[in-house]
Amino acid sequence: MTYFLQQCLNALQLGSIYALIALGYTMVYGILSMINFAHGDLFMIGAFMAFAAATLLGLSFVPTLVFAMLAVALLGVLIERLAYKPLRQAHKMSVVITALGIGILLEHLTLAFSPYPRHMPPLIAHFSWNFGGLSLSSLQLLIIFLSMALMLALDWMVRRTKVGMAMRAISWNITVVPMMGVPVNRIISLTFAIGASLGAAAGTMYAMAYPVIDPYMGIMVGWKAFISAVVGGIGNIRGAMIGGFILGAVEIGTVAVLPSTYRDFVVFSLLLGLLIFRPWGILGTPRPEKV
Amino acid sequence: MLWPNSSYPCLIVEAIMKFVLRLCAFLSVSMLAGMLYAAEKNDALKIGVIAELTGDIPAVGASCQNAVLLAVQEINEAGGLDLPGGKQQIDLHIEDSANKADQAALTAQKLITEENVLAIIGPNASLGAVPASAIAESGRTVLITPWSTNPKTTLDARSGKPKKYVFRACYTDPFEGHVLALFVLNTLKFKRVAALYDVASEAPKSQTDLFRKSFTAQGGEMVAVETYTSGDRDFSAQLTKIKAANPDLVFLPSYYNDVPLVVRQAKRLGVTAPFLGSDAWSSPELIPLSEGAVEGFYFANHFAVDIATPAAKRFIAAYQAKYNKLPDDVAALSYDACGLLFQAIKQAGALNRESIRDALAKISSYKGVTGTMQFKEGSGDPIKSAVILQIKNGKFVWITNAEP
Repeated sequence: MTYFLQQCLNALQLGSIYALIALGYTMVYGILSMINFAHGDLFMIGAFMAFAAATLLGLSFVPTLVFAMLAVALLGVLIERLAYKPLRQAHKMSVVITALGIGILLEHLTLAFSPYPRHMPPLIAHFSWNFGGLSLSSLQLLIIFLSMALMLALDWMVRRTKVGMAMRAISWNITVVPMMGVPVNRIISLTFAIGASLGAAAGTMYAMAYPVIDPYMGIMVGWKAFISAVVGGIGNIRGAMIGGFILGAVEIGTVAVLPSTYRDFVVFSLLLGLLIFRPWGILGTPRPEKV
Repeated sequence: MLWPNSSYPCLIVEAIMKFVLRLCAFLSVSMLAGMLYAAEKNDALKIGVIAELTGDIPAVGASCQNAVLLAVQEINEAGGLDLPGGKQQIDLHIEDSANKADQAALTAQKLITEENVLAIIGPNASLGAVPASAIAESGRTVLITPWSTNPKTTLDARSGKPKKYVFRACYTDPFEGHVLALFVLNTLKFKRVAALYDVASEAPKSQTDLFRKSFTAQGGEMVAVETYTSGDRDFSAQLTKIKAANPDLVFLPSYYNDVPLVVRQAKRLGVTAPFLGSDAWSSPELIPLSEGAVEGFYFANHFAVDIATPAAKRFIAAYQAKYNKLPDDVAALSYDACGLLFQAIKQAGALNRESIRDALAKISSYKGVTGTMQFKEGSGDPIKSAVILQIKNGKFVWITNAEP
């Protein structure tokens, strides 16, 4: 029983990270119908920004988190303006390839600055509670609750505020909305900024949980988060959250039952199986309500 | 003739034939020129190095490069290598393998065919050393890997016989697996061991297999064998499983970049058993990255700073003076690989790949930084001992020697 609960807790921690990153994929897809493959690397930059803030500036947890989120939000907007906006009328494939290129650029830019794996200092005091063999750490609680809070805040913003309404409107029809007086470019930039900053928050927490960071850390995690978004129904915000937790549970569950060699095999089979029977994901609809 | 009734296609065929002939003539002339050029270049004492300068284990490549630069600097500052025709300066050509199998093979090919090096030192990790050694073998060029312990590096995959041109400066995985198993059973007196290893990496996989074979043959029990894939950061599921199996010790033959993540998560999840590592742990980076979570743990290694021989002390002092840090095992082994190669070149008498290979195989006893070594009859594997170290107060401390 303790063993089962411990694995559930592990799954919840991993799942909340995947969910946070998946939100970035799903928001951008929802609004522009493009897959921002550089998002996994924005997550990596987020971790490095947090590292820089914590070691060079000596900041504590909250300022570090805010610094990383702001810096990466700015980078996200910059990438959108410089790399994606000129291609808005181009073929979808061109934008996807550009995104892949931006991802590789970000990796190698980081590599040029820091080829060595870096060690993230602990930003919060470490406590561990033990309930009859079940270990619960302060870090685990922080990751789970902070991710939940960020996700709820985003969900509220998209559904209840004017900006959120504009996002939903753009995702509905990008050609008509400007005629209603919606500043489309500003809303798209804001979407990139929010998606990137959530990725940076995930990067910061990830770097605290798995405290050795390197320029390639975003690749696999990025793919997993992308799968989460697709599983939940890409373009759908609640779907991305659910997808993240499902993926975390499947990964941890696979390793708990089968030899751990099968983990990625099971995860990618899940994606393939789902794409055959329900290509629009769990919460998506064949004509999805985007963002 | 294809179309005997029409002269037009005949003209085309003729033109093609003429072109082919001209191409042949041009190619043979340029090849001849290339060979002459190559023969001329072979007079220079040019040595290639393949190191993991970028990628996931850059500390390994940096140590190798530092040690080779030091070894060559020592020779060149003394006027050069003593050869029958007078002293000659050594010319180095360093390539980066990024710890990727394909890039290692590609750089080996480049060094052999384009740069015309006399011999190659590296790659260090087995992931790149295995494919690069196959290229060196087919290119008939000596390759000495300082740090690759995988048996496949010096064995031909198809015939199962030792490769003729591939040598190493370190011991091999079966030997390490065996001495670690004996250490756990006889010195630590543990019977129940769990293992966690990277399935996507050559060395950890074979080390775990060989450790398991020796350990169970000697009466030990493997209570859990878990795996992960290179690049993984979350080991919580595997460690929770290992914790439930309640082992006396966890065998973790991972590289220094994964070890800190595993041991720190293990501490958080309440795994109290000590960990045992392979020679891949030995980078000094391990200590700061782990933040004390490796304290008291053990690993096998090629050399220990605290029981250094006079030759090793001289090397350690020179390395510290030049780079302001202690050399790790990769540095020591790279330095020895250079030493072996220089001695072979001196004894070869002629500056060509074939005679260097023959001289290297005949070295009877080389006193290196990492101990005395000679190559086994007809093989590129040296006969040498291992050391077992423990991490105490953030330092690698010598525990015992393991003889072959």
